[in-house]
Amino acid sequence: MTEQAVPASPIEADIEIFGALTDKEPQKPPRSQWKDVWDQFRKHKGAVFGGGFLMFITLGVILGPWLWDVDPKALDIRNKDWRPVYTLLWNADAKAGWIHPFGTDQLGRDILAQMIAGGRVSMAVGWLAMGLALLIGTAIGVLSGYFKRLDFLMMRFTDLVLSLPILPLTLLAVTLFRQPLNSRFGPEGGMFILIVGIIGLTSWMQTARIVRGDILALKEREFILAARSIGTTSGKIIRRHLLPNVISPIMVSATLGLATAIITESALSFLGVGFPSDFPTWGKLLADAVQRMQDFPERVLLPGIAISLTVLSVNYLGDGLRDALDPRIRGR
Amino acid sequence: MLTFTFRRLILSIPTLLFISLVIFGLLQLAPGDPMAQVPLTVPPEVKQKMREALGLGAPWYVQYYKWLIQFFWIEPKILIDYLTNSSMLLGWLPDTSFYNGELRVISWQTRSPVMDIVIQRMPQTLWVVGLSYIVGIVIAIPIGIYSAYRHYSVFDQAGTFITMVGFSIPPFFTGPLLIVIFSVYLGWLPSIYDTTHVVTDWASFKVQFYQMIMPVMVLALQTTAQISRYMRGAMLDNLNQDYVRTARAKGLREGVVVMVHVLRNSMIPVVTVIALGMPAIFGGAIITENVFKVNGIGQLLLTALFANDLPMVMTLTFIFAILIVLFNLIADVLYGLLDPRIRYD
Repeated sequence: MTEQAVPASPIEADIEIFGALTDKEPQKPPRSQWKDVWDQFRKHKGAVFGGGFLMFITLGVILGPWLWDVDPKALDIRNKDWRPVYTLLWNADAKAGWIHPFGTDQLGRDILAQMIAGGRVSMAVGWLAMGLALLIGTAIGVLSGYFKRLDFLMMRFTDLVLSLPILPLTLLAVTLFRQPLNSRFGPEGGMFILIVGIIGLTSWMQTARIVRGDILALKEREFILAARSIGTTSGKIIRRHLLPNVISPIMVSATLGLATAIITESALSFLGVGFPSDFPTWGKLLADAVQRMQDFPERVLLPGIAISLTVLSVNYLGDGLRDALDPRIRGR
Repeated sequence: MLTFTFRRLILSIPTLLFISLVIFGLLQLAPGDPMAQVPLTVPPEVKQKMREALGLGAPWYVQYYKWLIQFFWIEPKILIDYLTNSSMLLGWLPDTSFYNGELRVISWQTRSPVMDIVIQRMPQTLWVVGLSYIVGIVIAIPIGIYSAYRHYSVFDQAGTFITMVGFSIPPFFTGPLLIVIFSVYLGWLPSIYDTTHVVTDWASFKVQFYQMIMPVMVLALQTTAQISRYMRGAMLDNLNQDYVRTARAKGLREGVVVMVHVLRNSMIPVVTVIALGMPAIFGGAIITENVFKVNGIGQLLLTALFANDLPMVMTLTFIFAILIVLFNLIADVLYGLLDPRIRYD
């Protein structure tokens, strides 16, 4: 580098003679991998919408209680069974108004506030369960891909867990372990720990398999050999060289895991084994509204649409991420 | 191939044993007491005797061993007896009487054998689940083929969007949604699946048909979304292959190229996905049965769970596990049969 900086060096003069070696256009600034990924990701419109909507929902349920500071548990029996404000469009006599934009339920609780509170729980369960599943999946995948001795046992174990009937077992575990956890952490905290734990413990297998496959291929590459030849310990190789290279399959399975976790939590609440009844989650709101859906269809529709849109946006996000993180598709 | 099938069959025995042990362990750890419903006036020593009568006094390995014997030895004997004595299919065989009054797996709710109840409930689940799976596949495969063939067309874009939506909307939302639209507002379809309905003539067949539409379609939506995505992906992989160009170059009609050459090669991964998805659809049936009040095995599992009926829960969960292991095996064998490039030995 320093020789090139000196103008009168003989090498510089040689380059001047062979014109083909000189750059005709000014050098572009180097592009990082993540900039490429972002450019490809932006091309996938569904993924951008999905990511935007997911961010909107997440921010909405985090900041919602400050923007709409109505207590979701406050009973107001005189103002029960309000319809959402849009019913005024076709029915001017309907009991509706801007005080309760989404209406109130049979006990007069504000539905918008309940939706925000329910969204908080659903999203928290989704994110935490996904994180737990990723942690377990990545750990098992890396260990069984990297250490040959563990591989057989761990993969057989993964296969065994994969052939467990997940939904029945989840139902079973939630019903059976509700009591002891509730008495220790309170009815809401106990249920939260239980549901996050069960969803996390039953959805790590796909991540583990994908990560193991990638680690097996990466392990034979030259840069790992180089790292080992200068005496890098196994732990360092895994942390410095292997984990950054498997980040893309982990991210893709993270989106899938988030979608599954939200749906599973709602399904449990819907089947009546989820959170206690005065503790709103989207699935719980939907399940409670099913009995009176002839009169108040919006109470089923609103939480249902919230769940579906969130899951849809997460799925689109995962689709876009998969395309963006795949170097064969990128730049096409 | 046959050796592979046998090896997999034998390997599935320890898998099933492990699963049954997991389920049994979960139930053992559970704090629920089947005597909780017994009135408080019953003295404790009588309660203890009742517990022992239910087989709860023995240590866990004895209980587990007894369950294994009952499930894998006594119940099959009853099944064989039934088949040779009174079934249409194998009734011509000489009558057997293997079963002579041993204790079967008894439900704590009804005090009747668990398998009898399961057999009663099974047809409803099989009808709804099986039909929905077939309907889903029949819809999904043409959609997948066409949207791959017209890649990036309007149909493809719309199809991808709709399958994505179908993938994302959970059945416990589509179910009530369809009920609100078709039963409440339009009044076309009944919202409850009446399992006591007997089909005798055309009119009663129509009633049966109408009441099956919604549960079947709710389950079929999930299947369709999943399988048409796989079908599209598999077709796309194959449509650009060299052999497709060769087939076109030697003058085959487009229909033959797509529907015979490409389709047959694309079906290989799709068939395995179809087999692998079967157990999941049984799991999804738990929710659908709850929405439409179908009294199938999913609903049976839920009621047994709430009633703390441990033998019933154990047996039903294990049946779900058998289904999963069985269909995994079928998927593997089918893959080897369909794709000559795959050799297991």
